[in-house]
Amino acid sequence: MTEQSHIIRPYGDTTGDGMVQASFTLPVPHSKVAEGAAAQLAAKMGIEPALVVHAKPMGPDFTFFVVYGRVHHLVDVSKVEVVERDYPLLTPKEVNAAVKRALRRRLTVVGACIGSDAHTVGIDAILNIKGFAGEKGLEYYRELKVVNLGAQVSVPQLVERAREEKADAVLVSQVVTQRDAHLLNTREMSAAFRESYPSDKRPLLIVGGPRFDESAAADLGVDRVFTRGTTPGEVASYLVHQLARRGSAA
Amino acid sequence: MTTRPRTKLDLDPATVKEARALARKTGRPIVTLAKKHTTVAVERATLRLAGLQGADPDGTPWVNRLMDVVRADTGLEHGVALPVWDALLRGEADDLSTLAQKASAGSVTFRLPEGKDADRARRASRAQVAKGIKRIDARRVERERLIKRHGDAPRKPWIYLIVATGDIYEDIPQAQQAAREGADIIAVIRSTGQSLLDYVPEGATREGFAGTYATQENFRLMRAALDESSRELGRYVRLTNYASGLCMPEIAALAGMERLDMMLNDSMYGILFRDINPVRTFVDQRFSRQVHARAGIIINTGEDNYLTTADAIEAAHTVTTSQLLNEYFAKEAGLEDWQLGLGHAFEIDPDVPDSFRLELAHAMLARDLFPNAPLKWMPPTRHMTGDIFKGYLLDGFFNLVGALTGQGILLVGMMTEAVVTPWISDRDLALQNVRYVMNAAGRLHEDFRPEPDGFIANRARQVLGESVDLMHQILDHKHGLLDAIADGTFGLMKRPADGGRGLDGVAKKSSAYYNPASEILEEPFETVAAQPPQEPRRRTTRRAP
Repeated sequence: MTEQSHIIRPYGDTTGDGMVQASFTLPVPHSKVAEGAAAQLAAKMGIEPALVVHAKPMGPDFTFFVVYGRVHHLVDVSKVEVVERDYPLLTPKEVNAAVKRALRRRLTVVGACIGSDAHTVGIDAILNIKGFAGEKGLEYYRELKVVNLGAQVSVPQLVERAREEKADAVLVSQVVTQRDAHLLNTREMSAAFRESYPSDKRPLLIVGGPRFDESAAADLGVDRVFTRGTTPGEVASYLVHQLARRGSAA
Repeated sequence: MTTRPRTKLDLDPATVKEARALARKTGRPIVTLAKKHTTVAVERATLRLAGLQGADPDGTPWVNRLMDVVRADTGLEHGVALPVWDALLRGEADDLSTLAQKASAGSVTFRLPEGKDADRARRASRAQVAKGIKRIDARRVERERLIKRHGDAPRKPWIYLIVATGDIYEDIPQAQQAAREGADIIAVIRSTGQSLLDYVPEGATREGFAGTYATQENFRLMRAALDESSRELGRYVRLTNYASGLCMPEIAALAGMERLDMMLNDSMYGILFRDINPVRTFVDQRFSRQVHARAGIIINTGEDNYLTTADAIEAAHTVTTSQLLNEYFAKEAGLEDWQLGLGHAFEIDPDVPDSFRLELAHAMLARDLFPNAPLKWMPPTRHMTGDIFKGYLLDGFFNLVGALTGQGILLVGMMTEAVVTPWISDRDLALQNVRYVMNAAGRLHEDFRPEPDGFIANRARQVLGESVDLMHQILDHKHGLLDAIADGTFGLMKRPADGGRGLDGVAKKSSAYYNPASEILEEPFETVAAQPPQEPRRRTTRRAP
């Protein structure tokens, strides 16, 4: 790759045109001044020249705008940091074989939506046999024992059940994000597990949900964060990868 | 009431009849079970109807404090009324609130009165609880009067918008703004944990979690604010909350006394999605529905929830089955057709071929099965991906199905579903979407009749058939519905009858059991409005140019 091709701009209909769109509301009645204010905001955001293509009053006190225009910012792709998948993606068959080899018993996964979150869509997509995105859920894997506790499980309940089941991994799904509930709940959960397990015996802690930051695992005290679009196969592959590694370290 | 020919699918009347008969057969043992039991929440609701309000300095409601002492002294199985009014008649306190305080301080001992003492306690409790029921009746009359004065929602479906800030004082201006923007119904989402609280919080609250606590004071404040909006806008704006969770009967009583207009109230939601004990739920639910029937409240059932966990095509018949059961339980509790906002939702994966035709088939089936129920139509959530542009289109198609099938209550879909709590612009765009579809195609149902042997009609018949099969399957269980719930027939969740939250608050009624509220609610009653007051008005306004 040449130095030059690391640098990109947004694409409207011509390479390098830098075109973007934005929409926002300003707390002012609709008027020429309001439209000017929208253009000014766009300019300050780096959209210049900005075209205010739509302005609509919403009640007496607010105006909604759609703006198109060019940004001059450059993006350096070589400096983007992401969490890439650092484990091989396995088929269910390979997962089962790997579990057998590494553990000589079934691998136990306990899953739940914790706190007040009642949205089981995420945990069900990963755990239920029905699965997600054409992949069967973890219940389908012969060598995985899945205990899905469902919605609104308290952290103490989860810890207790994980101990009872001798869980190898604990999967927690968090959809509700109001007031950062997903972050608070996750930290509470990881702290509770740290407290009730010696560090080398603690199950793998995995949290998932559409609004998590993948790179925040350490900050949240968990082993892995999965976000939007994660498939059961990815989770299963990760489990096997981690536990095999653990097994060989022990 | 309705003159519009709505039955378009030519469903086989014998199958429809069989479906209803099966629902009755499935539901009847549950009603029997409900009649034989009481719960702490039913008893506390009775105390609330008798006028006991307020909470101790720690925020524990007096109804809970009093209930706990009575239960410790005489048990739950005789009900709260006899021991409490016996104590009042014995002169332990001048009123309920003093009695509750003295009881919590340990200075009152309760007993189960017998003979003449029991008769006197029965009479006294009935007289006092009747006042609460009378208040509910008065609020119902008041609603009719206000609808007459301000006018009703100008069209159907009624537009249902949600506010959910957690702070009642933030909710109020948002709700008033939403009403100005065109909402006919405001729903205040509850704080998510509330369904699992075994008490109703007290007072005006400002710190809810993903929603605002349902309290009597919050109900009162919001209703007063929307009365103001109704005056301003020249149409009565309805208020909705949730009679669900562990305090369903109490919330129903408070809703009736504070003139809420609609309540979410599902027969199985709490069991399946909140893991509340099935017996507790069915007992609480029956009482709460009797209160709603009395209060003229429209219930909204929660079938949409099945489709958030199960596949919307495969599970379509579980929605129909639940609607039939909800209808049976509702009517048994005294609710009438116009009070049945039976739920269903637009949740089929848009990548599935013919997904729109399938949605239309399912919605038409609900419409044809329940021609006189308002039906509550819930927008897509599961396949709202964050692609707001695609989501906006999906919401448009959702609205179109709503228009084509004469839905009574339309929960407005937000393109930012699953992204953020709705912004002011999201709501505005969503309402533009609804208005465009209703303006452009609101009466398309007059021209639209599916091919009698076509895809839509056949699909509807198939779903109805599967629903009938499912009810047969439920009835094949030894303990019918309870066993079916236990083995995961609905929404894939397994909920055994002896598990779940709130089981310790259930007791089998003794032969001495007495509850004045249940007694009054079981009696037939006369009100000014045994039928929907809004129908005739709506028709005239709809035909206006």
